[in-house]
Amino acid sequence: MITAERKPFDKILGLVGESKKVLVAGCDTCVAVCLTGGEKEAEILASELRIEAGMNGRETEVEHTSAIRQCEWEYLDLISDKVDQADVVVSLACGIGIQSMAEKFATKLVVPGVDTNMLGMPLEHAVWLERCGACGECVLGETAGVCPVVRCSKSLMNGPCGGSHEGKCEVKTPEGEEIDCAWHLIWERLKAQGREDLMFVDRPPKNWSKGSSGGPRKMVRVEARPV
Amino acid sequence: MTPEKTEITEDTVDGYKAGSNLEKILSDGRFAVTGECGPPKSADGSVIDNKAKLLKGYVDAVNITDNQTAVVRVCSLASAVVAQQNGVEAVMQVTCRDRNRLAMQADILGASTLGIKNVLCLTGDHMSFGNHRDAKGVHDLDSINLIKMFKDMRDDKKFQCGEEMTVAPRLYIGCAENPFGDPYEIRALRLKKKILAGADFVQTQCIFNLPKFKKWMEEIRSLGLHKEIKIMAGITPIKSAGMANYMKKAVPGMDVPQEIVDRIAAQEKGAPQQAEGKKLAVEMIKELAEIEGVAGVHIMAVEWEPAVPEIVEAAGLLPRPTVA
Ligand code: SF4
Ligand code: SF4
Repeated sequence: MITAERKPFDKILGLVGESKKVLVAGCDTCVAVCLTGGEKEAEILASELRIEAGMNGRETEVEHTSAIRQCEWEYLDLISDKVDQADVVVSLACGIGIQSMAEKFATKLVVPGVDTNMLGMPLEHAVWLERCGACGECVLGETAGVCPVVRCSKSLMNGPCGGSHEGKCEVKTPEGEEIDCAWHLIWERLKAQGREDLMFVDRPPKNWSKGSSGGPRKMVRVEARPV
Repeated sequence: MTPEKTEITEDTVDGYKAGSNLEKILSDGRFAVTGECGPPKSADGSVIDNKAKLLKGYVDAVNITDNQTAVVRVCSLASAVVAQQNGVEAVMQVTCRDRNRLAMQADILGASTLGIKNVLCLTGDHMSFGNHRDAKGVHDLDSINLIKMFKDMRDDKKFQCGEEMTVAPRLYIGCAENPFGDPYEIRALRLKKKILAGADFVQTQCIFNLPKFKKWMEEIRSLGLHKEIKIMAGITPIKSAGMANYMKKAVPGMDVPQEIVDRIAAQEKGAPQQAEGKKLAVEMIKELAEIEGVAGVHIMAVEWEPAVPEIVEAAGLLPRPTVA
């Protein structure tokens, strides 16, 4: 799933500016699952904005709504009435949803209420870990199902760097927490599978043009296109 | 398009890959000594001049670090040239952190045209250790890809994309390996992977845990790897007990046994601890030189270059051989 974190309230206030009619738009898919931008969170942000405006003597109308998926045109149609009435839309969807909203309602000011951060999985309740960088050429078949592109801090393709220590990466999270060394995990799993040889295979330089280095990507499923 | 034939000169038929001082000494089976020089964090070229002058005659070549610990410094290419102008052969370090394959190939061609013959291929410390923590890490290639790319340029006159070039860079290609990195059980085989990629010599992480290093060398010998690559054992003289503790706790991939920390700490701060640090380095070098398969030492006296001549002399490694 795509995960995101809500922007600090002050940042959101700055983006909203002097607008009189604010619509907070949630999305009921990924950002709802990660407890950041679903209908409930949209409602909470709307109340916060209302209270702040009230406390500072501004007459601001704040509404909230939510789309089943902000990244699809059909679902945006369902909330277009509310969008039409607003001066500004604070979207709590991921970056894709925010852009769909901004494109669909191109004359409307649409601002992000979240920072989209990764393609991750819920490890346990309310904890997400990055799992994929959408590199366009998946190597999981050779790396025992552990992604070296985003789970190794240096995206190494040929085994661990010299900084791997007791299963942990030389890099720590900004909060100072330890990170599992991806290549340690790969090695342990390859051993368990009896596929140790894969560790010593020479992997040529990765083709990054399949990923974001190749420019914005486009995918067309020809057989599914209307004729 | 077929490339023009390289002119056959004395230099290209001498049987060496690059014909560097370091290559000649190592391939003649003589015990080699390399040092290390960290370029300054300003445009003050005299710092490199002075470090090079200090090491001249005491080492066979000096490593020039490439934005070490992810801190911006004079680039390794320019610093390597300055070191050579001062009469010390350079080993230019190249990390994958700051440059992509285009930049690294361009730099190595430039380095070669300016007379740099030794190169050391590294992954590089992560940006989070340095002074530009918001930087985007490049990591287009890893160090094994980098070794192979330089080897293909040298031996096959091919760029990484497969295109041919007319004149190949002549390079003596080095790599680093950490016998103390985890998982330990893959560390010897990982060196083999680097040999297959094209590494001619390896400089190890600094060694404080001698028994563990000896065990690693046993594995290296059982795989016959010491016959396929020149192994230079890493040495770092300890300047103070504080430094020993710091390396033990905060430097990734270092293995500093407690008794080493205690031995330095048993001395008074200042000159006595420094003297003990140098004494320890000399003892280590002597022991390492006895290990079958160790072809030389790489002395990394971080910001303590003046200690190197003394250590090299006390270890009985003078005079350094002169090569034709
Ligand atoms: S290898 Fe690429 S596609 Fe596969 S998980 Fe990693 S980033 Fe995603
Ligand atoms: S310690 Fe492991 S995960 Fe971290 S950069 Fe090195 S190989 Fe990658």
